[in-house]
Amino acid sequence: MIFNMERETLPREELEALQLNRLQNLCERVYANVPFYRQRFDEAGITPGDIHTLEDIKHLPFTEKQDLRDNYPFGLFAVPKENIVRIHASSGTTGKATVVGYTARDLDSWATLMARSLSAAGITRSDLIHNAYGYGLFTGGLGAHYGAEKLGATVIPMSGGATKRQVHLMHDFGATAITCTPSYALHLYEVGLDEGIDMRNEPLRIGVFGAEPWTDAMREDIEEKMGISAVNVYGLSEVMGPGVSIECAEAKCGMHIFEDHFLPEIIDPVTGEVLKPGETGELVLTTLTKEGVPLIRYRTRDITALDYTPCRCGRTHVRMRRVMGRSDDMLIILGVNVFSSQIESILVETDGLSPHYQIVISRDGTLDSLEVRVEISETLIADGAVRNLQQLESRIQKTIKEYLGVSANVRLVEPRSIQRSEGKAKRVLDLRTQQ
Amino acid sequence: MKVEQISVFLENRTGRLAEITHALSEANINIKALSLADTSDFGILRLILSDCEKGYKVLRDKGFTVGRNMVVAVQMPDAPGGLDSILQVLRESEVNVEYMYVFVPWRKGSATVVCRFDDTDKAVAALRAKNIPLVSQEELSKE
Repeated sequence: MIFNMERETLPREELEALQLNRLQNLCERVYANVPFYRQRFDEAGITPGDIHTLEDIKHLPFTEKQDLRDNYPFGLFAVPKENIVRIHASSGTTGKATVVGYTARDLDSWATLMARSLSAAGITRSDLIHNAYGYGLFTGGLGAHYGAEKLGATVIPMSGGATKRQVHLMHDFGATAITCTPSYALHLYEVGLDEGIDMRNEPLRIGVFGAEPWTDAMREDIEEKMGISAVNVYGLSEVMGPGVSIECAEAKCGMHIFEDHFLPEIIDPVTGEVLKPGETGELVLTTLTKEGVPLIRYRTRDITALDYTPCRCGRTHVRMRRVMGRSDDMLIILGVNVFSSQIESILVETDGLSPHYQIVISRDGTLDSLEVRVEISETLIADGAVRNLQQLESRIQKTIKEYLGVSANVRLVEPRSIQRSEGKAKRVLDLRTQQ
Repeated sequence: MKVEQISVFLENRTGRLAEITHALSEANINIKALSLADTSDFGILRLILSDCEKGYKVLRDKGFTVGRNMVVAVQMPDAPGGLDSILQVLRESEVNVEYMYVFVPWRKGSATVVCRFDDTDKAVAALRAKNIPLVSQEELSKE
């Protein structure tokens, strides 16, 4: 089902004309109302009047997460404070929180985009949506909530926590759709079994999952276990929240970015150069319609690729691939861009491995060498044969080569031998900088 | 008639093997048979112990990765042709030996070999049909 038939299926040419018009208007607005942008534009020697085509966007400066922090809390707001009707903020685990304000119109656009998203997932106004995204400063809960209402579905504002109770309410109310993180969905499934409720036998039919990285293998697992269709939703609080892009139930192959509201680019995270369609790099988003905190060329740090080929669902909006990693954890090995998260997902999908690994890069003469250390589990050595372990090593090696294009030396190590640190584990050891 | 084997994953690090033997020694567990399979960066130590249950626990408590499975301990005359007589039986029954290693000598005049087969039950049946003596778990802990 397509929620905004006309907008979501606009022919490319018309879509781009709309985007250009909105981009020009956006530049005028931020230049006039946000001192930060006026200064950035001036430094770059560009004025809003210099934007004649969509390609001209490459002359505009990037906005980074740090810029939001530096202007904490309200420095990037483009409208008078009295026009702001809601504020959300990110957790700020690695620095100050990033704060985003929404005007009434922003909230309406967001609800519409989320309604489009739920609709693309196959949800209709007859569905009962169990919304287990957290409500609060985090954008997930309220984002999905207002989208569900805009669609006309029934929404249960569940938020996170009290899992046992959630499972019983899902059963008692007969939830037909669920919105939460994919890992929480699996948790609900398991707690359900403990409580004698098998999701497969429940009316639940659709799940819209996001807010954390997951894989196609995890999708299959969830779909099989819970007997539902699972789609991936993408968003980030700085740009809006969930509903920036969504997979359609028809293809489940890439997430349609709502291009009438967001202008996406893919750049080389190191040089900042714009890459060609289909190439893998960092996603950069420009908010075309946002009033409260409009962003010019916001660097999401998410690594993906854009696919402009037509989709069988009928939407003309570009599809972005499942996020493959964060540009922060990008490593360049023998000239190839590798993300530690990509290696992680390969390991996670391999049976018998613990999720503990370490990537060690060193320089052997003039050549970089990549070693992946993985802790083994007891099931792997049960029958005492060396062959199984060697096969496992070579299988991982082959998969890494296939997916990442680099050769890795995989080394199995004893459990608990990789150093654990408080908080974030030290996943990458780059010895090249120490040699 | 099978006996339990435990397998320990070992990184190639100095002193790792000694930590295992020391742990077993402290727990007063006797090693009846052992073999070490090695690759360039790790090894697997296979053990038949006088008390498998206890050995498994002791090594796990020391933080080793330990697996357990069933193997067959076959007795044969300690004389030319001893091993051959057994392997001929297995060949006729089309059972594959995945790996084997010998016991510390413990019965005068006979030798014992530990075998891991691709089809353990089939191997046991074939050997018994020919009256080839197999060592039981109880015998191991007694002697």
